[in-house]
Amino acid sequence: MSIFLAILDRELRLALRQGTDSLMVVAFFVVTVVLFPFGVGPEAAILERIAAGVLWVTALLASMLSLDRLFQQDYEDGSLDLLTRAPASLSLVVSAKVVAHWLTSALPLIAAAPLLAVLMQMRGDGFGILLAAMALGTPTLSLVGGVGAALVLGARRGGVLVSLLILPLYVPVLIFGVSAVDAAVMGLAYDAQLKILAAILLVALVICPPATALALRQALE
Amino acid sequence: MHKYANPTRFLRLSKILVPWCAGLTVVLFVAGLGWGLVFSPPDYQQGETVRIMYVHVPAAWLGMFAYMVMAAASAVALIWKHPLADLAARAAAPIGAGFTLLCLVTGSLWGKPMWGTWWVWDARLTSMLVLLFLYLGYMALANAFDDITRGNRAAAILCLVGAVNVPIIKFSVDWWNTLHQPASVVKMGGPAIDPAILWPLVLMALSFQFYFATLLMLRMESGIAAAKIRALSGLESRA
Repeated sequence: MSIFLAILDRELRLALRQGTDSLMVVAFFVVTVVLFPFGVGPEAAILERIAAGVLWVTALLASMLSLDRLFQQDYEDGSLDLLTRAPASLSLVVSAKVVAHWLTSALPLIAAAPLLAVLMQMRGDGFGILLAAMALGTPTLSLVGGVGAALVLGARRGGVLVSLLILPLYVPVLIFGVSAVDAAVMGLAYDAQLKILAAILLVALVICPPATALALRQALE
Repeated sequence: MHKYANPTRFLRLSKILVPWCAGLTVVLFVAGLGWGLVFSPPDYQQGETVRIMYVHVPAAWLGMFAYMVMAAASAVALIWKHPLADLAARAAAPIGAGFTLLCLVTGSLWGKPMWGTWWVWDARLTSMLVLLFLYLGYMALANAFDDITRGNRAAAILCLVGAVNVPIIKFSVDWWNTLHQPASVVKMGGPAIDPAILWPLVLMALSFQFYFATLLMLRMESGIAAAKIRALSGLESRA
Protein backbone atom coordinates (compact mmCIF):
# COMPACT_ATOMS: atom_id res chain seq x y z
CA MET A 1 0.00 0.00 0.00
CA SER A 2 2.84 2.38 0.79
CA ILE A 3 4.16 1.79 -2.73
CA PHE A 4 0.75 2.60 -4.15
CA LEU A 5 0.71 5.87 -2.24
CA ALA A 6 4.32 6.65 -3.13
CA ILE A 7 3.65 6.26 -6.85
CA LEU A 8 0.39 8.18 -6.58
CA ASP A 9 2.29 10.96 -4.81
CA ARG A 10 4.99 10.99 -7.51
CA GLU A 11 2.47 11.11 -10.35
CA LEU A 12 0.45 13.89 -8.75
CA ARG A 13 3.59 15.92 -8.06
CA LEU A 14 4.72 15.51 -11.66
CA ALA A 15 1.31 16.51 -12.95
CA LEU A 16 1.10 19.55 -10.68
CA ARG A 17 4.59 20.77 -11.50
CA GLN A 18 4.03 20.36 -15.23
CA GLY A 19 0.71 22.02 -14.50
CA THR A 20 -0.48 23.02 -17.92
CA ASP A 21 -1.26 19.44 -19.04
CA SER A 22 -4.45 19.12 -16.99
CA LEU A 23 -5.54 22.59 -17.98
CA MET A 24 -5.06 21.76 -21.64
CA VAL A 25 -7.34 18.76 -21.35
CA VAL A 26 -10.07 20.90 -19.77
CA ALA A 27 -9.50 23.60 -22.37
CA PHE A 28 -9.92 21.03 -25.14
CA PHE A 29 -13.14 19.83 -23.50
CA VAL A 30 -14.55 23.36 -23.21
CA VAL A 31 -13.55 24.55 -26.67
CA THR A 32 -14.83 21.42 -28.41
CA VAL A 33 -18.20 21.55 -26.65
CA VAL A 34 -18.50 25.24 -27.49
CA LEU A 35 -17.96 24.39 -31.17
CA PHE A 36 -21.18 22.37 -31.28
CA PRO A 37 -23.64 25.31 -31.09
CA PHE A 38 -21.75 26.81 -34.04
CA GLY A 39 -22.17 23.55 -35.90
CA VAL A 40 -25.82 22.74 -35.22
CA GLY A 41 -27.18 26.26 -34.61
CA PRO A 42 -28.15 28.06 -31.42
CA GLU A 43 -31.74 26.75 -31.06
CA ALA A 44 -32.19 25.81 -27.43
CA ALA A 45 -34.37 22.79 -28.23
CA ILE A 46 -31.73 21.11 -30.40
CA LEU A 47 -28.92 21.88 -27.97
CA GLU A 48 -30.94 20.56 -25.06
CA ARG A 49 -31.63 17.32 -26.94
CA ILE A 50 -27.97 16.65 -27.79
CA ALA A 51 -26.39 18.10 -24.63
CA ALA A 52 -25.75 14.81 -22.82
CA GLY A 53 -24.32 13.13 -25.91
CA VAL A 54 -22.05 16.02 -26.80
CA LEU A 55 -20.70 16.32 -23.26
CA TRP A 56 -20.01 12.58 -23.05
CA VAL A 57 -18.41 12.22 -26.46
CA THR A 58 -16.21 15.23 -25.87
CA ALA A 59 -15.23 14.04 -22.40
CA LEU A 60 -14.32 10.68 -23.95
CA LEU A 61 -12.07 12.33 -26.51
CA ALA A 62 -10.50 14.61 -23.94
CA SER A 63 -9.68 11.76 -21.59
CA MET A 64 -8.23 9.85 -24.54
CA LEU A 65 -6.01 12.76 -25.55
CA SER A 66 -4.29 12.75 -22.20
CA LEU A 67 -3.49 9.02 -22.28
CA ASP A 68 0.00 9.39 -23.74
CA ARG A 69 0.97 11.07 -20.46
CA LEU A 70 0.28 7.82 -18.63
CA PHE A 71 3.32 5.75 -19.66
CA GLN A 72 5.03 7.40 -22.64
CA GLN A 73 7.39 9.67 -20.71
CA ASP A 74 8.34 6.98 -18.21
CA TYR A 75 8.94 4.60 -21.11
CA GLU A 76 11.24 7.05 -22.85
CA ASP A 77 13.36 8.06 -19.86
CA GLY A 78 13.58 4.52 -18.48
CA SER A 79 11.74 5.01 -15.18
CA LEU A 80 9.20 2.45 -16.33
CA ASP A 81 11.93 -0.20 -16.12
CA LEU A 82 12.50 0.76 -12.51
CA LEU A 83 8.79 0.78 -11.72
CA THR A 84 8.44 -2.80 -12.99
CA ARG A 85 11.17 -3.78 -10.52
CA ALA A 86 9.36 -2.20 -7.60
CA PRO A 87 8.71 -4.62 -4.71
CA ALA A 88 5.00 -4.77 -5.49
CA SER A 89 2.89 -6.32 -8.19
CA LEU A 90 2.94 -4.37 -11.42
CA SER A 91 -0.87 -4.29 -11.36
CA LEU A 92 -0.71 -2.22 -8.19
CA VAL A 93 1.79 0.19 -9.77
CA VAL A 94 -0.45 0.46 -12.81
CA SER A 95 -3.49 1.11 -10.62
CA ALA A 96 -1.68 3.94 -8.86
CA LYS A 97 -0.79 5.52 -12.19
CA VAL A 98 -4.34 5.15 -13.47
CA VAL A 99 -5.78 6.70 -10.31
CA ALA A 100 -3.38 9.61 -10.73
CA HIS A 101 -4.41 9.95 -14.35
CA TRP A 102 -8.06 10.02 -13.35
CA LEU A 103 -7.44 12.63 -10.64
CA THR A 104 -5.50 14.91 -12.95
CA SER A 105 -7.45 14.57 -16.19
CA ALA A 106 -10.96 13.24 -15.53
CA LEU A 107 -11.72 15.07 -12.30
CA PRO A 108 -11.20 18.51 -13.90
CA LEU A 109 -13.54 17.42 -16.69
CA ILE A 110 -16.22 16.51 -14.18
CA ALA A 111 -15.74 19.86 -12.51
CA ALA A 112 -16.14 21.68 -15.82
CA ALA A 113 -19.14 19.62 -16.95
CA PRO A 114 -21.94 21.56 -15.14
CA LEU A 115 -20.79 24.84 -16.62
CA LEU A 116 -20.86 23.35 -20.10
CA ALA A 117 -24.23 21.77 -19.37
CA VAL A 118 -25.54 25.28 -18.73
CA LEU A 119 -24.11 26.46 -22.05
CA MET A 120 -25.73 23.47 -23.78
CA GLN A 121 -29.14 24.38 -22.26
CA MET A 122 -29.40 21.13 -20.33
CA ARG A 123 -32.32 21.12 -17.93
CA GLY A 124 -31.45 21.34 -14.24
CA ASP A 125 -32.73 17.82 -13.49
CA GLY A 126 -29.85 16.36 -15.44
CA PHE A 127 -26.97 18.07 -13.63
CA GLY A 128 -26.65 15.80 -10.61
CA ILE A 129 -27.02 12.65 -12.70
CA LEU A 130 -24.50 13.95 -15.22
CA LEU A 131 -21.97 14.33 -12.42
CA ALA A 132 -22.81 10.94 -10.92
CA ALA A 133 -22.63 9.19 -14.31
CA MET A 134 -19.33 10.86 -15.14
CA ALA A 135 -17.93 9.99 -11.72
CA LEU A 136 -18.82 6.33 -12.34
CA GLY A 137 -17.93 6.25 -16.03
CA THR A 138 -14.66 8.15 -16.33
CA PRO A 139 -12.65 5.77 -14.10
CA THR A 140 -13.54 3.01 -16.58
CA LEU A 141 -12.28 5.23 -19.39
CA SER A 142 -8.97 5.72 -17.58
CA LEU A 143 -8.64 2.01 -16.85
CA VAL A 144 -9.39 0.88 -20.40
CA GLY A 145 -7.29 3.71 -21.75
CA GLY A 146 -4.38 2.49 -19.64
CA VAL A 147 -4.44 -0.83 -21.51
CA GLY A 148 -4.38 1.01 -24.83
CA ALA A 149 -1.61 3.36 -23.74
CA ALA A 150 0.54 0.43 -22.60
CA LEU A 151 -0.07 -1.52 -25.81
CA VAL A 152 1.11 1.23 -28.14
CA LEU A 153 4.38 1.95 -26.32
CA GLY A 154 7.11 1.95 -28.95
CA ALA A 155 4.63 1.73 -31.84
CA ARG A 156 4.78 3.93 -34.88
CA ARG A 157 2.25 6.78 -34.61
CA GLY A 158 1.02 5.45 -31.27
CA GLY A 159 -1.13 8.49 -30.55
CA VAL A 160 -3.43 7.91 -33.51
CA LEU A 161 -3.36 4.17 -33.03
CA VAL A 162 -4.58 4.33 -29.44
CA SER A 163 -7.80 6.02 -30.53
CA LEU A 164 -8.57 3.20 -32.94
CA LEU A 165 -7.88 0.63 -30.24
CA ILE A 166 -9.90 2.00 -27.36
CA LEU A 167 -12.74 4.08 -28.78
CA PRO A 168 -14.74 0.94 -29.71
CA LEU A 169 -14.22 -0.27 -26.13
CA TYR A 170 -15.62 3.03 -24.81
CA VAL A 171 -18.98 2.41 -26.47
CA PRO A 172 -20.75 0.82 -23.45
CA VAL A 173 -19.74 3.64 -21.09
CA LEU A 174 -20.92 6.20 -23.61
CA ILE A 175 -24.28 4.49 -24.10
CA PHE A 176 -25.12 4.15 -20.42
CA GLY A 177 -23.63 7.51 -19.46
CA VAL A 178 -25.77 9.36 -22.01
CA SER A 179 -28.88 7.31 -21.38
CA ALA A 180 -28.73 7.93 -17.60
CA VAL A 181 -28.63 11.69 -18.15
CA ASP A 182 -31.33 11.58 -20.84
CA ALA A 183 -33.58 9.52 -18.58
CA ALA A 184 -33.08 11.96 -15.69
CA VAL A 185 -33.89 14.95 -17.92
CA MET A 186 -37.05 13.23 -19.17
CA GLY A 187 -38.07 12.39 -15.62
CA LEU A 188 -37.66 8.63 -16.04
CA ALA A 189 -35.90 6.16 -13.75
CA TYR A 190 -32.14 6.31 -14.19
CA ASP A 191 -30.79 4.09 -11.42
CA ALA A 192 -30.44 1.05 -13.70
CA GLN A 193 -28.03 2.91 -15.97
CA LEU A 194 -25.97 4.11 -13.02
CA LYS A 195 -25.83 0.61 -11.59
CA ILE A 196 -24.67 -0.78 -14.94
CA LEU A 197 -22.00 1.92 -15.14
CA ALA A 198 -20.86 0.86 -11.67
CA ALA A 199 -20.86 -2.80 -12.74
CA ILE A 200 -18.76 -2.01 -15.82
CA LEU A 201 -16.36 -0.11 -13.58
CA LEU A 202 -16.02 -3.11 -11.26
CA VAL A 203 -15.32 -5.43 -14.21
CA ALA A 204 -12.78 -2.97 -15.60
CA LEU A 205 -11.13 -2.74 -12.16
CA VAL A 206 -10.59 -6.49 -12.19
CA ILE A 207 -9.49 -6.92 -15.79
CA CYS A 208 -7.66 -3.78 -16.84
CA PRO A 209 -4.74 -3.47 -14.36
CA PRO A 210 -3.43 -7.03 -15.01
CA ALA A 211 -3.88 -6.57 -18.78
CA THR A 212 -2.00 -3.27 -18.60
CA ALA A 213 0.75 -4.88 -16.54
CA LEU A 214 1.05 -7.69 -19.09
CA ALA A 215 1.23 -5.16 -21.92
CA LEU A 216 3.91 -3.16 -20.09
CA ARG A 217 6.01 -6.26 -19.47
CA GLN A 218 6.03 -7.24 -23.11
CA ALA A 219 6.76 -3.63 -24.11
CA LEU A 220 9.90 -3.72 -21.94
CA GLU A 221 11.08 -7.19 -22.95
CA MET B 1 -3.00 -29.68 -29.80
CA HIS B 2 0.59 -29.18 -28.70
CA LYS B 3 1.63 -31.77 -31.25
CA TYR B 4 0.52 -29.53 -34.10
CA ALA B 5 2.34 -26.53 -32.70
CA ASN B 6 5.33 -27.81 -34.63
CA PRO B 7 5.41 -25.87 -37.93
CA THR B 8 6.73 -28.78 -39.97
CA ARG B 9 3.98 -31.06 -38.73
CA PHE B 10 1.42 -28.33 -39.34
CA LEU B 11 2.66 -27.82 -42.89
CA ARG B 12 2.41 -31.53 -43.61
CA LEU B 13 -1.16 -31.60 -42.26
CA SER B 14 -2.25 -28.45 -44.06
CA LYS B 15 -0.86 -29.73 -47.37
CA ILE B 16 -3.31 -32.62 -47.05
CA LEU B 17 -6.26 -30.62 -45.69
CA VAL B 18 -6.20 -27.54 -47.93
CA PRO B 19 -7.29 -29.27 -51.18
CA TRP B 20 -10.10 -31.06 -49.34
CA CYS B 21 -11.32 -27.90 -47.64
CA ALA B 22 -11.10 -25.94 -50.87
CA GLY B 23 -13.00 -28.66 -52.73
CA LEU B 24 -15.73 -28.83 -50.08
CA THR B 25 -15.99 -25.03 -50.17
CA VAL B 26 -16.65 -25.04 -53.91
CA VAL B 27 -19.12 -27.93 -53.82
CA LEU B 28 -21.10 -26.56 -50.88
CA PHE B 29 -20.98 -23.02 -52.28
CA VAL B 30 -22.36 -24.05 -55.65
CA ALA B 31 -25.02 -26.27 -54.05
CA GLY B 32 -26.03 -23.70 -51.41
CA LEU B 33 -26.05 -20.74 -53.77
CA GLY B 34 -27.90 -22.64 -56.48
CA TRP B 35 -30.50 -23.86 -54.00
CA GLY B 36 -30.78 -20.48 -52.33
CA LEU B 37 -30.96 -18.33 -55.46
CA VAL B 38 -32.95 -20.55 -57.79
CA PHE B 39 -34.89 -23.29 -56.01
CA SER B 40 -35.79 -21.86 -52.60
CA PRO B 41 -39.10 -20.00 -52.43
CA PRO B 42 -39.23 -16.21 -52.07
CA ASP B 43 -40.30 -14.91 -48.66
CA TYR B 44 -44.00 -14.05 -48.36
CA GLN B 45 -43.19 -10.60 -46.99
CA GLN B 46 -39.78 -9.72 -48.34
CA GLY B 47 -40.08 -11.35 -51.76
CA GLU B 48 -36.91 -12.07 -53.70
CA THR B 49 -34.71 -9.82 -51.53
CA VAL B 50 -34.71 -12.48 -48.82
CA ARG B 51 -32.07 -14.27 -50.92
CA ILE B 52 -29.49 -11.76 -49.72
CA MET B 53 -29.79 -13.62 -46.43
CA TYR B 54 -27.93 -16.63 -47.84
CA VAL B 55 -24.78 -14.50 -48.00
CA HIS B 56 -25.54 -12.03 -45.22
CA VAL B 57 -26.24 -14.40 -42.32
CA PRO B 58 -23.28 -16.79 -42.90
CA ALA B 59 -21.00 -13.75 -43.28
CA ALA B 60 -22.21 -12.44 -39.92
CA TRP B 61 -21.66 -15.82 -38.27
CA LEU B 62 -18.18 -16.13 -39.71
CA GLY B 63 -17.34 -12.55 -38.73
CA MET B 64 -18.03 -13.48 -35.11
CA PHE B 65 -16.55 -16.97 -35.38
CA ALA B 66 -13.26 -15.58 -36.72
CA TYR B 67 -13.01 -13.30 -33.69
CA MET B 68 -13.46 -16.28 -31.39
CA VAL B 69 -10.74 -18.15 -33.30
CA MET B 70 -8.51 -15.10 -32.96
CA ALA B 71 -9.19 -14.84 -29.22
CA ALA B 72 -8.52 -18.54 -28.66
CA ALA B 73 -5.31 -18.37 -30.68
CA SER B 74 -4.23 -15.23 -28.80
CA ALA B 75 -4.82 -16.94 -25.46
CA VAL B 76 -2.76 -19.95 -26.57
CA ALA B 77 -0.05 -17.63 -27.87
CA LEU B 78 0.16 -15.73 -24.59
CA ILE B 79 0.00 -18.78 -22.33
CA TRP B 80 2.14 -21.35 -24.16
CA LYS B 81 3.94 -18.98 -26.53
CA HIS B 82 3.32 -21.22 -29.55
CA PRO B 83 4.61 -19.36 -32.62
CA LEU B 84 1.88 -20.97 -34.72
CA ALA B 85 -0.85 -19.55 -32.51
CA ASP B 86 0.48 -16.05 -33.18
CA LEU B 87 0.41 -16.80 -36.88
CA ALA B 88 -3.13 -18.17 -36.64
CA ALA B 89 -4.44 -15.11 -34.81
CA ARG B 90 -2.73 -12.77 -37.24
CA ALA B 91 -3.98 -14.80 -40.21
CA ALA B 92 -7.58 -14.90 -38.99
CA ALA B 93 -7.91 -11.13 -38.53
CA PRO B 94 -8.19 -9.91 -42.16
CA ILE B 95 -10.47 -12.84 -43.05
CA GLY B 96 -12.77 -12.04 -40.16
CA ALA B 97 -12.71 -8.35 -41.02
CA GLY B 98 -13.58 -9.27 -44.61
CA PHE B 99 -16.58 -11.33 -43.51
CA THR B 100 -17.73 -8.57 -41.17
CA LEU B 101 -17.47 -6.02 -43.96
CA LEU B 102 -19.34 -8.38 -46.31
CA CYS B 103 -22.05 -8.71 -43.66
CA LEU B 104 -22.34 -4.92 -43.34
CA VAL B 105 -22.40 -4.34 -47.10
CA THR B 106 -25.00 -7.03 -47.78
CA GLY B 107 -26.99 -5.80 -44.78
CA SER B 108 -26.97 -2.32 -46.23
CA LEU B 109 -27.99 -3.62 -49.66
CA TRP B 110 -30.80 -5.56 -47.99
CA GLY B 111 -31.81 -2.54 -45.96
CA LYS B 112 -32.41 -0.35 -48.99
CA PRO B 113 -35.42 -2.29 -50.36
CA MET B 114 -36.65 -3.44 -46.92
CA TRP B 115 -36.25 -0.43 -44.66
CA GLY B 116 -35.97 2.16 -47.45
CA THR B 117 -32.53 3.31 -46.34
CA TRP B 118 -28.94 2.15 -46.74
CA TRP B 119 -28.17 2.28 -43.08
CA VAL B 120 -30.30 1.74 -40.00
CA TRP B 121 -28.88 2.01 -36.49
CA ASP B 122 -30.23 -1.43 -35.84
CA ALA B 123 -28.70 -3.19 -32.84
CA ARG B 124 -27.21 -6.00 -34.90
CA LEU B 125 -25.79 -3.80 -37.64
CA THR B 126 -24.32 -1.47 -35.02
CA SER B 127 -22.62 -4.24 -33.07
CA MET B 128 -21.18 -5.65 -36.31
CA LEU B 129 -19.84 -2.17 -37.09
CA VAL B 130 -18.13 -2.03 -33.69
CA LEU B 131 -16.75 -5.52 -34.33
CA LEU B 132 -15.28 -4.26 -37.61
CA PHE B 133 -13.56 -1.45 -35.69
CA LEU B 134 -12.15 -4.00 -33.25
CA TYR B 135 -10.72 -5.96 -36.19
CA LEU B 136 -9.22 -2.81 -37.70
CA GLY B 137 -7.65 -1.85 -34.37
CA TYR B 138 -6.21 -5.35 -33.99
CA MET B 139 -4.66 -5.30 -37.46
CA ALA B 140 -3.34 -1.77 -37.05
CA LEU B 141 -1.70 -2.67 -33.72
CA ALA B 142 -0.25 -5.94 -35.03
CA ASN B 143 1.47 -4.06 -37.86
CA ALA B 144 2.51 -0.97 -35.90
CA PHE B 145 5.81 -2.33 -34.61
CA ASP B 146 9.13 -2.87 -36.34
CA ASP B 147 9.63 -5.98 -34.22
CA ILE B 148 7.11 -8.54 -35.37
CA THR B 149 6.91 -10.55 -32.11
CA ARG B 150 6.23 -7.33 -30.21
CA GLY B 151 3.33 -6.66 -32.57
CA ASN B 152 2.01 -10.19 -32.06
CA ARG B 153 2.11 -9.92 -28.27
CA ALA B 154 0.44 -6.51 -28.13
CA ALA B 155 -2.25 -7.59 -30.59
CA ALA B 156 -2.91 -10.78 -28.61
CA ILE B 157 -3.51 -8.80 -25.40
CA LEU B 158 -5.78 -6.39 -27.25
CA CYS B 159 -7.70 -9.29 -28.76
CA LEU B 160 -8.37 -10.83 -25.34
CA VAL B 161 -9.44 -7.50 -23.82
CA GLY B 162 -11.70 -7.06 -26.84
CA ALA B 163 -13.13 -10.55 -26.43
CA VAL B 164 -14.20 -9.73 -22.86
CA ASN B 165 -15.75 -6.54 -24.16
CA VAL B 166 -17.69 -7.97 -27.09
CA PRO B 167 -20.61 -9.30 -24.99
CA ILE B 168 -20.74 -6.04 -23.00
CA ILE B 169 -20.79 -4.00 -26.20
CA LYS B 170 -23.46 -6.27 -27.67
CA PHE B 171 -25.60 -5.92 -24.57
CA SER B 172 -25.22 -2.15 -24.38
CA VAL B 173 -25.99 -1.68 -28.06
CA ASP B 174 -29.17 -3.75 -27.65
CA TRP B 175 -30.18 -1.60 -24.69
CA TRP B 176 -29.39 1.61 -26.56
CA ASN B 177 -31.32 0.48 -29.61
CA THR B 178 -34.49 -0.41 -27.74
CA LEU B 179 -34.38 2.97 -26.03
CA HIS B 180 -33.90 5.02 -29.16
CA GLN B 181 -36.00 3.36 -31.80
CA PRO B 182 -38.33 0.67 -30.62
CA ALA B 183 -39.59 -1.78 -33.22
CA SER B 184 -38.91 0.29 -36.30
CA VAL B 185 -37.17 -2.72 -37.71
CA VAL B 186 -38.70 -5.62 -39.58
CA LYS B 187 -37.61 -8.69 -37.68
CA MET B 188 -37.18 -12.07 -39.30
CA GLY B 189 -40.24 -14.20 -38.63
CA GLY B 190 -39.66 -15.94 -35.34
CA PRO B 191 -37.59 -19.03 -34.64
CA ALA B 192 -39.49 -21.22 -37.10
CA ILE B 193 -37.70 -20.97 -40.42
CA ASP B 194 -39.07 -23.05 -43.24
CA PRO B 195 -36.78 -25.98 -44.19
CA ALA B 196 -36.78 -24.79 -47.79
CA ILE B 197 -34.95 -21.67 -46.57
CA LEU B 198 -33.03 -23.29 -43.71
CA TRP B 199 -31.22 -25.93 -45.79
CA PRO B 200 -29.57 -23.63 -48.33
CA LEU B 201 -28.62 -21.39 -45.40
CA VAL B 202 -26.93 -24.30 -43.62
CA LEU B 203 -25.09 -25.26 -46.81
CA MET B 204 -23.88 -21.69 -47.30
CA ALA B 205 -22.78 -21.46 -43.67
CA LEU B 206 -20.78 -24.69 -44.01
CA SER B 207 -19.29 -23.50 -47.28
CA PHE B 208 -18.20 -20.23 -45.65
CA GLN B 209 -16.77 -22.24 -42.76
CA PHE B 210 -14.62 -24.37 -45.06
CA TYR B 211 -13.63 -21.27 -47.01
CA PHE B 212 -12.45 -19.74 -43.75
CA ALA B 213 -10.47 -22.88 -42.86
CA THR B 214 -8.86 -22.97 -46.31
CA LEU B 215 -7.86 -19.31 -46.21
CA LEU B 216 -6.64 -19.59 -42.63
CA MET B 217 -4.34 -22.50 -43.47
CA LEU B 218 -3.07 -20.84 -46.65
CA ARG B 219 -2.36 -17.62 -44.77
CA MET B 220 -0.60 -19.54 -42.00
CA GLU B 221 1.53 -21.35 -44.59
CA SER B 222 2.50 -18.04 -46.12
CA GLY B 223 3.16 -16.68 -42.64
CA ILE B 224 5.57 -19.56 -41.96
CA ALA B 225 7.25 -18.93 -45.32
CA ALA B 226 7.59 -15.24 -44.50
CA ALA B 227 9.12 -16.07 -41.11
CA LYS B 228 11.63 -18.36 -42.85
CA ILE B 229 12.57 -15.61 -45.29
CA ARG B 230 13.00 -13.16 -42.43
CA ALA B 231 15.22 -15.61 -40.57
CA LEU B 232 17.33 -16.31 -43.67
CA SER B 233 17.78 -12.67 -44.61
CA GLY B 234 18.60 -11.92 -40.97
CA LEU B 235 21.36 -14.56 -41.05
CA GLU B 236 22.69 -13.17 -44.31
CA SER B 237 22.90 -9.60 -43.11
CA ARG B 238 24.71 -10.75 -40.00
CA ALA B 239 27.21 -12.90 -41.93
